[in-house]
Order: sequence, then structure tokens, then C-alpha cells
Amino acid sequence: MQTFDLEAQGLRALNATLHAQASDTNQTAWEVVNPRGSHAIAVGLDAPIEVTVKGSTGYYCGGMNKQATINVHGSVGPGVAENMVSGTVVIEGDASQYAGATAHGGTLIIKGNASSRCGISMKGVDIIVHGNIGHMSAFMAQSGNLVVCGDAGDALGDSLYEARLFVRGSVKSLGADCIEKEMRPEHLEILRDLLERGGCDAKAEEFKRYGSARQLYNFNIDNAY
Amino acid sequence: MCGIVGLFLKDKSLEPKLGDMLTDMLITMTDRGPDSAGIALYGAGEQGGMKVTAQSNDPGADFAGLDTALAERLGTSVSMTVRDTHAVLQMGGGQFDAIRAALSDLRPSVRIMSRGETLEIYKEVGLPKDVAARFDLRGMSGTHGIGHTRMATESAVTTMGAHPFNTGTDQCLVHNGSLSNHASLRRKLRRQGVHVETENDTEVGAAYLTWRMMQGATLGEALQSSLEDLDGFFTFVVGTKDGFGVVRDPIACKPAVMAETDRYVAFGSEYRALVDLPGIEQAKVWEPEPATVYFWSHNAAPTMHEAA
Repeated sequence: MQTFDLEAQGLRALNATLHAQASDTNQTAWEVVNPRGSHAIAVGLDAPIEVTVKGSTGYYCGGMNKQATINVHGSVGPGVAENMVSGTVVIEGDASQYAGATAHGGTLIIKGNASSRCGISMKGVDIIVHGNIGHMSAFMAQSGNLVVCGDAGDALGDSLYEARLFVRGSVKSLGADCIEKEMRPEHLEILRDLLERGGCDAKAEEFKRYGSARQLYNFNIDNAY
Repeated sequence: MCGIVGLFLKDKSLEPKLGDMLTDMLITMTDRGPDSAGIALYGAGEQGGMKVTAQSNDPGADFAGLDTALAERLGTSVSMTVRDTHAVLQMGGGQFDAIRAALSDLRPSVRIMSRGETLEIYKEVGLPKDVAARFDLRGMSGTHGIGHTRMATESAVTTMGAHPFNTGTDQCLVHNGSLSNHASLRRKLRRQGVHVETENDTEVGAAYLTWRMMQGATLGEALQSSLEDLDGFFTFVVGTKDGFGVVRDPIACKPAVMAETDRYVAFGSEYRALVDLPGIEQAKVWEPEPATVYFWSHNAAPTMHEAA
């Protein structure tokens, strides 16, 4: 285990050190101490390493992640795992707004609550939230899965494309063109796998599925150029 | 951008350290707002007295003999404490309108930053650490306070464009965001006889709250109606004699983090601002909900002017 003191050594040195790890590095376990809410911790990683952040972070933790597993023992500020490509980001606490925004792949697990715009414009990531999510979540979500074990806020899935949304609790309101859909066996199978990966003890049968009604302007072929 | 910090103490033993703690929080928020900084502090005051914080760009000339001149004019006792460009004038009592008239007559270039029994507002252009040092904010004690670091978007970087803004007796406002209907609202408020001094958007927000309360709304009601009448982005923190309140616009893109322990309630634009508070690791930390008015008060039975 390599320990990195962020307060003593600085953010630039941390990210440079983590970026320097080759895909066959022997130094696979890293611990970051004294994060003190700093921004851009463990951003742009591209190696199969495991980074554990001991405390809460600020903006953009784990942004653009590839391959790495990042655990945060605390809460995270806005934009956690923004534009993630692959790998896993696990938050023990809460996540602020736009968690997992635009992420193309990988898995984002939030054990507390996520606030507004969770999964906005998600493009293939799997996001599993143990608690609740805020308003405008999965806005323009294009692909991937968003699992919410708690409740969802206003305007869930507004202008949604093909992402799947699974919510166990209540949904305050659905956004434009987002509708409840039938939960078929193949969806239950996908959801069971997601719940297991997310470490949730919820049952797939307790969830409802939401998706796009495909009625907005861009779904009509006559509007194509 | 802009940064906001706030601290409401439950534990009286922390009161002598309020200025010190708030200063650290304010300096941490420098990169959210390096243009100017300000702080509103609720400290000691005389029961039934009136405290006016005045500002001058030429404090040497303006504040010389101001206490005696003011005492003579108003026929009441006046004590003055000068801190850099600001002077706190403590009066035994008296009507604020009469005090304002006397001040503008005696020292036309002096501007009033705040009025109240316990409220003092200090704000200037410059880096938060420099502003804090000029006023010796670290040495100040009090029950609660709010602070602001400004990154100007809607109007010039001036002392009067800095936050907090005084909204009424012992009340003030700081703002992160930008209001887009401030020009039309300013015209409307001026027609209603509300004094709006600058082209700053937040001052209009503050004047709006003042106007609503003049019409009989409580601060809580005024904040609630601001959600309807103000167009734009805002996280507001308001200071009252007995505590502070928080409200975010329904979109809530301007950040806000709260922390509570049995010793304090703290507000920060980011968690970074809170990391040095005692016992923060064990604090309850959460994000205030959009379009929801929150209040914390030392007063178990808040007056009608502050109750939500």
C-alpha cells in the first residue's frame, strides 16, 4: 500500500504519480490521506490500480477515469466520475450534483444520496445509488443504467434517449418524454446484476423501470436532415 | 462563482473565536471570489441601542470628530470604533432615519454598511486575506456571522458592490449566482420608493426582501416569494439578529454544503470551507434542498420579522 498525503505533497504530484502507473504496475494499492475537500482528486487515471481516498472531496473526483477503482471514504462534491470511460468509483457517503455526468462506461456506486442532475447525459455508465437522487436526474441520458434504491426528485429522465432507469421508491415527477415501462424478465436480469455489483440488498422485483417514450422531435424520422 | 460561508454558534465557548473561524473559512473560498470580500458579524450590542457601521474612502478626514458631531446633532451618546475604512457608531438609541439624515448632512461621502443592535458589516475590494487583515476580523467575537468572497459578473468591482448587503435592522444578505431580472425589478422597487444605490444585482435582491418585509412579510415569507419573483441563479444566506437562513433557487446549480454538530451550524459553498471546524469528521453534513427555506435561530420563539 502506497500512502500519499495530499496536504503535504499537493494535488499535481498526486495525479502525476497516479498517471505514471503503467498497466502492469506492481504498486496497485494507493491511499490518499488529508483530501480536505480538494478538487480533481484521482482524475484521468488509466491503469488497473485501486485508490482509496480517506475523507471527503470537492469537485470532479475520479473524473475521466479508465480502468482504476476509486473508493472515497467520505462524500464527494459536484461532478464525481464525470466522463468516466471504464473502471469503478465507489462513494461511501453522499454525492453532490451531476454525479457521473456524460460518463461513457464503468460503474459508479453511491452509498448515500446523490443530489440534482445525477447521470445527466450519461452515455453508457452504470450508476447505482443506495439512497435518493435529486431533480433533473438522467436529463438527456443516452445509454447505460441508473439504479436508485430510494426516491427520485422532480423531472426524472427529461428528454431521455435509451438509458434504463430503475427506481425502487417514489418518483416526484417524470420529465418530458419519460414514462414508466414494463419490467420484463430481461430487465430483471440486468437489474439483479447491477444490484449485486452495487452491493445493494434490494430485490429487483421492488423496482419500477422508466425509459423514453420516443415521442420528442428528434425521434421522428421526418425531422432528420 | 462567488463563495459563501456562514457560522452559527450553539456553544458559547466558541464565541470569542467566531471571527477567527470565519476568517479561515473566508480565505479558503478565495479562489471562488478573489475580487472583494465581506463579513457580517453579530456581536455585542446595547439592548435597545442602535449600531451603525459606516464606510468612507477617506476615513482620516471623515471619521475625525464624527462621534462628537453626531452626538451633538442627535442629542444622544455616540461612541465610535474605527477599523480601517469602516467606523462602528454605537448610539444609545434613536431613529435610524434621523441618524442617516444626520450622517449624510455631516459627512456626505460616508456610506452606511449596516444598522442594527448587534450587526456589523465590513466589506472592501481585495483578496479575502487582505480584507480580513485590514479589519482585523480574526479578533472579533460574536454569536454568528456570514461572509462572502466575490467574483463579479453583473456589475463593477467596488466596495458597494461587495457583499453582505444590509436588508433591514440586524438583517443582511449574501448571494452566490446572478439575477437576470434585476434591471426591471430595480425600476419597480425605485417606483415603490425603495432606495437602491448601485447597479448590482444582489443589491436588488436585498432591496426586494426589504420591500417585502416593509409590506408586512416575515423574512421567511419574503424568501419564499423571492423564489417566484427573482429570475436567475441564487444561493442566498441571510443573517438575522438571532441566526441565519438559507435558500437556493429551484434549479440549485449554485453549490451549498451545510454541517451541524451540537456546537455549531456551518454553511459553505464547498466542503473545503468547513474542514478546519472542530469535530467536522463527526458532523452531520448535507446539501440543502432546492427551493426550500431553512432557518437556524438562537431564539426559541423567533420574532415575526424572522420566523419562517
